[in-house]
Amino acid sequence: MSMKKLTQEQAPIYEALQRFRKMRVVPFDVPGHKRGRGNPELAALLGETCVQMDVNSMKPLDNLCHPISVIRDAEILAAEAFGAAHAFLMVGGTTSAVQSMVLSVVARGEKIILPRNVHRSVMGALVLCGAVPVYVNPACDERLGIPLGMSVKDVEKAIKENPDAKAVLVNNPTYYGICSDLRSIVKLAHDNNMLCLADEAHGTHFYFGENLPVSAMKAGADMAAVSMHKSGGSLTQSSLLLANKSMSEGHIRQIINLTQTTSGSYLLLSSLDISRRNLALRGKEAFARVSQLADYARNEINAIGGYYAFSKELINGDSIYDFDTTKLSVNTLDIGLAGIEVYDLLRDEYDIQIEFGDLGNILAYLSIGDREREIERLVGALAEVKRRFAKSDKTGLMEHEYIDPEVAVSPQEAFYAKHESLPIEQTAGRVCSEFVMCYPPGIPILTPGEKITQPILDYIKYAKEKGCSMTGPEDAQIERLNVLKEV
Amino acid sequence: MDFWFSEAHTPNVKLSIKVDRQLYSGKSEFQRIDVFDSPEFGRFLALDGYMMLTEKDEFIYHEMITHVPMAVHPNVKKVLVIGAGDGGVVRELTQYHNIEHIDMVEIDPLVVEVCKKYLPKTACRFHDERLTIHYEDGLKFVRSRENEYDLIIVDSTDPFGPGEGLFTREFYGNCYKALKEDGIMVNQHESPFYDADATAMQRAHKRIVESFPISRVYQAHIPTYPSGHWLFGFASKKYHPLKDLKETAWNMYSIPCKYYTTTLHKGAFYLPAYVEEMLKDVESEC
Repeated sequence: MSMKKLTQEQAPIYEALQRFRKMRVVPFDVPGHKRGRGNPELAALLGETCVQMDVNSMKPLDNLCHPISVIRDAEILAAEAFGAAHAFLMVGGTTSAVQSMVLSVVARGEKIILPRNVHRSVMGALVLCGAVPVYVNPACDERLGIPLGMSVKDVEKAIKENPDAKAVLVNNPTYYGICSDLRSIVKLAHDNNMLCLADEAHGTHFYFGENLPVSAMKAGADMAAVSMHKSGGSLTQSSLLLANKSMSEGHIRQIINLTQTTSGSYLLLSSLDISRRNLALRGKEAFARVSQLADYARNEINAIGGYYAFSKELINGDSIYDFDTTKLSVNTLDIGLAGIEVYDLLRDEYDIQIEFGDLGNILAYLSIGDREREIERLVGALAEVKRRFAKSDKTGLMEHEYIDPEVAVSPQEAFYAKHESLPIEQTAGRVCSEFVMCYPPGIPILTPGEKITQPILDYIKYAKEKGCSMTGPEDAQIERLNVLKEV
Repeated sequence: MDFWFSEAHTPNVKLSIKVDRQLYSGKSEFQRIDVFDSPEFGRFLALDGYMMLTEKDEFIYHEMITHVPMAVHPNVKKVLVIGAGDGGVVRELTQYHNIEHIDMVEIDPLVVEVCKKYLPKTACRFHDERLTIHYEDGLKFVRSRENEYDLIIVDSTDPFGPGEGLFTREFYGNCYKALKEDGIMVNQHESPFYDADATAMQRAHKRIVESFPISRVYQAHIPTYPSGHWLFGFASKKYHPLKDLKETAWNMYSIPCKYYTTTLHKGAFYLPAYVEEMLKDVESEC
């Protein structure tokens, strides 16, 4: 297939789909909607082009489980664009990319060093493979009440105390746009015979924009999970897994095929292919514009007064080693409202949906699709929220939201152990057997195997009162929690 | 040669106007701008293919959006006009000698430039020394103003495209803040007739009711706008559009009008039953 040299101007999967359409092949294969004819309502909703592209793996379109032609070419181009040795197109979200990454490097009983504010997908991977987490406390910013990056010293300490650990995982960046000193952490890990993995769910643009934090591949990390559908512009649920030359491509492919669908969606695959081309050809200018829009919004929001739209001034050389200026995070504590309250007001009163609100902050996600006029609406609405709803007392707000976890048993052991359900107020001192997530931003409060403490229970109660969506436990109301049976 | 301008008023209805010639076509950062000459309606302006004004019927819109609030507020000195790049509202306003200052905020400088060149009947008072034109986003401009204006006229395009921000709760709230304690805001309020327009009309009304203590709607007949039946919003902090109408005072201005009279002013607030019901529906949600 790839006799002539591939270039970033090409989009092999997209081009193959175009060719395939012109062939007018008669489908006696899945999907059963047969180019939409069998489901006219769906065809009307999504459009002809879309349903006609929803086809099965076949010779002219390659096969995601064992790519040898156009998907292979698209992966080669993606690897080149991201400066990686291998790239894998993923259709199960960045969750599947993160899990395949973790499963590729640790097995049952092996240790992996993680910041506590890892995404739930990492915890899911640990339940699946039986590896043991070693948490590094992210530092916490007192004023903003958000978890920061990992301090290099803390990573060093974790490595010293756990010389048998197999890997270190780093968020690059966090949901809030904060980066650890990735280059130093990669070096530390490699010097101690550990691999370094990066969760880059929020960092796709680092590979293309200028004046942005260093990307994992450039910093020398061994693997990275990159959420193309976030800042990269591809369809929801499409993602990339990147690997450096230290990793075996075949091994990673085997791991991916353990859990990934054998019916990879060509809508998702072609969206990855087109987005990669777009980023490679125009990413630099596009992200310069996003940064400029975010800077403008920060200045305007800070001029309203009360709000604090933070940026690079936070950089401290360690736990905030760098800041992603495309992220528009705004602290709301000084107007007397919780971030989640502002988040709700923006949606209910102003028809503006932002990415998330936590106790003290909101995050508005800016991307290559934003225009000035929407920024003006956001800033105008924030000015109105302050005028109409600001409160002078700040006493109701909890300023710290990071609680140190105490790992009693491995996540897998806890997940599968015998457990019992108790009213939540009676669970202090017991070992939790399920997840408790505060969503957004989807950072665990409790994970299976951790000891429940009173401050954790207070925090859950408070976050519930503030309207955060709490997920994970079997009891959706979170009035009861499952704990390990005491032996 | 058969040369027609057509605008879809709904997916199933269109209005076509026979065109003599196209005088201008251009694309700004915000929209496509076209100017035509027509035998029936004279010269007309279209933005993104939507009819904005014709020389034949623009007087209805511009008189009704300007004189209604001017006959209610007893002493307008400072006015903010949002949009209005064609100059029609400014033409009406500059007839009032008591007005000391007009800020006009138009997002698209090319609209003003094109109107100055091709639509001299509306764009005829841009040189008035009381007028300052600001080329920026209306929402942005009004955000930083507080307790400053007696009257705000929102002469917007439709609530999709560049005019969208001018139909939002944040914009109306910002306008409330920018008005003095007895200020009035008047806005282009869409039509109650076709479904999509009626929905936009109801949404705008709901948001204004939520933002102002007094919020009333009045009507006019504008042949080239969808259904010909058009509404305006009258939102006010203090003055009632009928109880505070100053008929004699306004008539003393002796402003020549072809549509507006103080008698019509009163009639314009008496709406068809189905329109009243639509407005009540959203008021009850507030």
